Amino acid sequence: MNVACDIELQRKLTPGPDETLVFDAPKSLVDTPMHFCPGCQHGLIHRIVARTLDDMGLQERAIAVGSVGCSVFVYRYISMDCVEAPHGRATAVATGVKRARPGNFVYTFQGDGDLAAIGTAEAIHAANRGERISVIFVNNTTYGMTGGQMAPTTLLGQKTTTCVKGRERETAGAPIRMAELMAQLDGVAFSARVAVNSVKNIRKAEKAVRRAFEVQEQGLGFGFVEFLSTCPTNWRLDPIKANERVETEMIPCFPLGVFKEMGE
Amino acid sequence: MADAVQKKFIKGNEAIVYGALDAGCECYFAYPITPQNDIPELMSALLPERGGSFVQAESEVASANMLLGAAACGARSCTSSSSPGISLMQEAISYLAGSELPTVIVNMNRGGPGLGNLGPSQGDYFQAVKGGGHGDYRTLVLAPASGQECYDMMIEAFDLAFKYRNPVLVLGDSTVGQMKEPVVMRGPAPRNDYGAEDWRLEGARGRSPRLLKSLFLEDNSLGEHNRKLAEKYEAMQKEARAETFATEDAELVVVAFGVIGRIAKSAVRELRARGFKVGLVRPQTLYPFPSALLADLARKGRDIGRHFLTIEHNCGQMVEDVRLAVRRDADSAFFGYMPGDMPSSDDFIGPILEALENRNESKEHKE
Amino acid sequence: MSRIVVLESRCKGCLLCAAQCPKKIIRQSERFNAKGYKIVEVADEDMALCTGCASCAMVCPDTAIRVFRTRKSAGAGE
Repeated sequence: MNVACDIELQRKLTPGPDETLVFDAPKSLVDTPMHFCPGCQHGLIHRIVARTLDDMGLQERAIAVGSVGCSVFVYRYISMDCVEAPHGRATAVATGVKRARPGNFVYTFQGDGDLAAIGTAEAIHAANRGERISVIFVNNTTYGMTGGQMAPTTLLGQKTTTCVKGRERETAGAPIRMAELMAQLDGVAFSARVAVNSVKNIRKAEKAVRRAFEVQEQGLGFGFVEFLSTCPTNWRLDPIKANERVETEMIPCFPLGVFKEMGE
Repeated sequence: MADAVQKKFIKGNEAIVYGALDAGCECYFAYPITPQNDIPELMSALLPERGGSFVQAESEVASANMLLGAAACGARSCTSSSSPGISLMQEAISYLAGSELPTVIVNMNRGGPGLGNLGPSQGDYFQAVKGGGHGDYRTLVLAPASGQECYDMMIEAFDLAFKYRNPVLVLGDSTVGQMKEPVVMRGPAPRNDYGAEDWRLEGARGRSPRLLKSLFLEDNSLGEHNRKLAEKYEAMQKEARAETFATEDAELVVVAFGVIGRIAKSAVRELRARGFKVGLVRPQTLYPFPSALLADLARKGRDIGRHFLTIEHNCGQMVEDVRLAVRRDADSAFFGYMPGDMPSSDDFIGPILEALENRNESKEHKE
Repeated sequence: MSRIVVLESRCKGCLLCAAQCPKKIIRQSERFNAKGYKIVEVADEDMALCTGCASCAMVCPDTAIRVFRTRKSAGAGE
């Protein structure tokens, strides 16, 4: 349904004489339904990115690099130039974009299978070269788009469609902590892990994205933000229980915080 | 470097670099591999001096994907590698073709399969001309036989890439890359981006956002996209080109590309001096393949029972395309020189005479 | 009184907003939208309790909530 064609809704959306609209969609966020499952927080992360692009006035200079997975439709939701990368290669593609257009703002939006499994080499080396790009990394401990297989970030004991008895350290290793790993590299100017499971954490996430974007603009190096996000469908949990799992299971394994921050 | 025409005694690999630079190359991304390391080495010294960007990538997977990013911005980009590295690039080449992005990829073919060896080979013909990666796509393929062609074909490759919004492969081998010859360089070539300002990414200032992708999920959209690509590949056919030598009255036409074509030409020249009616076709474009030219030669040679002999530095790949081209009026025999070391023209004299002999026998048989 | 507007066509009925609302006034309605999602609502009589804190809108994954806050300086004693 087109929001604009509903007259009653339009009336409700018009502020009264003593009213202020205190929460609206960011200008860069495209006014369209999102394909994500109910309760999936990808959409929220797109909104934070769009808000930051607006606040920093970057939208007209932004070139996004899409990836493969649930993150694939980044171009549908944020109004900006975009190129689609093969699975895992977004940071290499972003390197090419930034080298060709150093005056543009370049960012990638990647999931955990994309960045932390098939694209680890590209991610680590783009970071190590200190490419002036920003990476939004969504960790939901599973391959969402392909049906909930084990990811490099899957928690020990977590059941997925390719580890039906739960992930075992002996055969599958332990969850990979990308934000800490990135922080070890000299080329990385900012690395943080955030969550969007509460208003307080969302506010911290907004600050982190802003910082990851600023380090690129300031020419300091690679900016990295890892988002802990839910996948209610593949976790077989309702959205509220999935959101609770972020606090009770994910954060203990993936601590929130800023792991590296270079000043100007 | 001055803009004026100059002649230098250089390796084919170096000619590739000068050709790329005179074609206006702005971004070069690559990973080291023998026998083409002269290219990244020289590029690393010259490209930044000219304001371009050189990145030594962590792998050929990465360098080919860097091309994808730079090409999406409409930059003149290229990479170079040799066989195993080109295998690693196939994923990105498929995406480049699917997203219709212009770039230039140089393959100095070495022996294979697997790690093979460092010697010359034409074992990558199928990979180069039949697609190489997944999906239904083609890349233009140019095959230099000399240092001069290395230079000239790089300029042509950039132009064709933008003309058709398509990746272009330059398929040489260890020999043409390592051989030193005088090369005439003409300075910066005229640049035509063929309307790239209408599709390249530069930020959506004052216009709608642009999207470059190869994902087509909506009903019928992928079919439409594939049809459009097929039409483009059809339009490319007019770019087919070959060197011909002494074909007019030839009873046997040798078909060979690259350095092998050049060596075969020496053999043909020698046999002509000895009175044998042999000629040569050396395809300079492998895709599009000069099928029309070969078909025409076969048709016009019907009366004299003209036959063909394909010589390759592999176990028989291009010969399939030659046979397809001449099938209405003739056939092609095949001689394969095994990859890994270099043939001389003497190595081809025997096979050419044998093919001529066999042709005479089959002609007598028909009569 | 502050108020929220739920864009019903965008709501997927995940109820993350309801869980976050400090006044617990957001509830699941009995209505389905065109996509088949059972959407959320605030009963008319409960809207008076809304403080315009925007927590619901902040956590909504689909940006389906707009929040209007009433200016206190109106002097009407609301």
